[in-house]
Amino acid sequence: MIEELATTDAGEMVVNVGPQHPSTHGVLHLVITLRGETIRKVEPHLGYIHRSIEKMCESLSYRQFIYVTSRMDYLSSHINNHACALCVEKGLQVELPARAKVIRVLMDELTRLASHQLWWGAMAMDVGALTPFFHAFREREAINDIMEETCGARLTMNYMVPGGVMADLHPNFQKRVKDFIHLFRSKIDEYDELVTGNVIFRSRMEGVGRLSAADAISYGCTGPTARGSGVRCDIRKLAPYEIYDQLQFEEPLETGGDCFARYLVRMREMRQSLSIIEQLIDNIPQGDFQAKTKAVLKLPKGEFYSRVETARGEFGVYIISEGGMTPYRIKFRSPGFSNLSALDHMARGYKIGDLVAIMGTLDLVIPDIDR
Amino acid sequence: MAFLNKYISDVFGAVRSLLKGMRLTGYYFTHRREIITQQYPDNKEQMHLPERFRGEVVMTHDANNEHACTGCTACELACPNATIKIITKFDISPEGKKKKALDTFVYHLELCTMCNLCIEACPTDAIKMAQTFEHSVTDRSQLTKKLNKPGSKIREGIE
Repeated sequence: MIEELATTDAGEMVVNVGPQHPSTHGVLHLVITLRGETIRKVEPHLGYIHRSIEKMCESLSYRQFIYVTSRMDYLSSHINNHACALCVEKGLQVELPARAKVIRVLMDELTRLASHQLWWGAMAMDVGALTPFFHAFREREAINDIMEETCGARLTMNYMVPGGVMADLHPNFQKRVKDFIHLFRSKIDEYDELVTGNVIFRSRMEGVGRLSAADAISYGCTGPTARGSGVRCDIRKLAPYEIYDQLQFEEPLETGGDCFARYLVRMREMRQSLSIIEQLIDNIPQGDFQAKTKAVLKLPKGEFYSRVETARGEFGVYIISEGGMTPYRIKFRSPGFSNLSALDHMARGYKIGDLVAIMGTLDLVIPDIDR
Repeated sequence: MAFLNKYISDVFGAVRSLLKGMRLTGYYFTHRREIITQQYPDNKEQMHLPERFRGEVVMTHDANNEHACTGCTACELACPNATIKIITKFDISPEGKKKKALDTFVYHLELCTMCNLCIEACPTDAIKMAQTFEHSVTDRSQLTKKLNKPGSKIREGIE
């Protein structure tokens, strides 16, 4: 069918990118209509990595379903788990110990840093710079080691449980995080030196893939994609969960709406995450890391919704409970799906070479889009 | 003239920004101590994995070949992937009473996602996560393991 569409009546060419293409960061299939080199239309075809996670969750108990959500946005696995745990706690009406809240926020911010580091490396690699990828992975390795020591795994940690966190912090945690902050403070300046100021990088990013604030809202974009267009949408500020309302941090906003604005938002977000970790690392309260919950969790009949800010935007968990041990229906609102829907609008009128840069700044994680 | 000035300053600006990046690349090229690559598997002896690392589920046995598993199936119920299957038997105590005991603890490593929920659920700490990670085998059937050692029995005093 696709071969038949190779050229349209208007003399436009149809090119398939993916499903196996390195710049799509996963199995994403884009059908691009081109006139010459100019993009007329981008049509994402989804479903190559659909695992029906929402349906799977309906047969798992409220303790068990959390681990599956690590496999959606695997770069913000902690934050996904956090949203699910928050939603279950809302239904159970459990009050968390102060220590658990602080540990959760610390882990969230470390995950956000690791995710943005990987994005930075992959972004630079998409537009043709290979070295930054290795620089980013070097610093990300330090976070992975911290995670490995405390949570027991490097990527899919399953550390958040309803009522708190699975285990207490490792005794080395504080020291290692402080070492990491000290290291990364100097490295992030290096990132700026290597890529942000680079003339080739700037000319590929500036003025490319413009998205106006109104369009960002109407497409439902969240996270750095919308903040690059000047839309305030940080859930940590708008609907603070855990202890985010007591923390000093700002929501980075850029008004350019182009690729470079989205890039700058993420770079500034990394510095904000560092400052959040710095505020908390010396002030972890003593006490329990987990509230007491029943062995078998049963949510009361009703509907529960919780939302958090992942590295990509707003992530929501919606649970309908019939009062049993398993949820009647679960719906995940993933940021990647909405952000991808704006791709067609952003890419129209730009050259095909710009598409890779635009997709890079969307920070797509395909399992998050397909679920 | 203004065009020429801009052109020349653009060229010099571009060269400066490229040299800046190259300086950083050159720095790492000449400073070997910054390299963090681990030469696996050559460094297998020196490799250190944290004690919480989740490699596979194992059952702890003491020197008398005794374990702490009562066969309560809490881990089996906690597992999201049906990785664990517990087969129980009935022991006859000296008083002639029937008592439920563990016969075989079947563990499907190929299904396990190392989520740690079984370890959390275990009331007697009979199982734990081991730090092994080289799980490749030539036949899939080797991934189905029996965790309780042959001839092992439950430790005295564990209910």
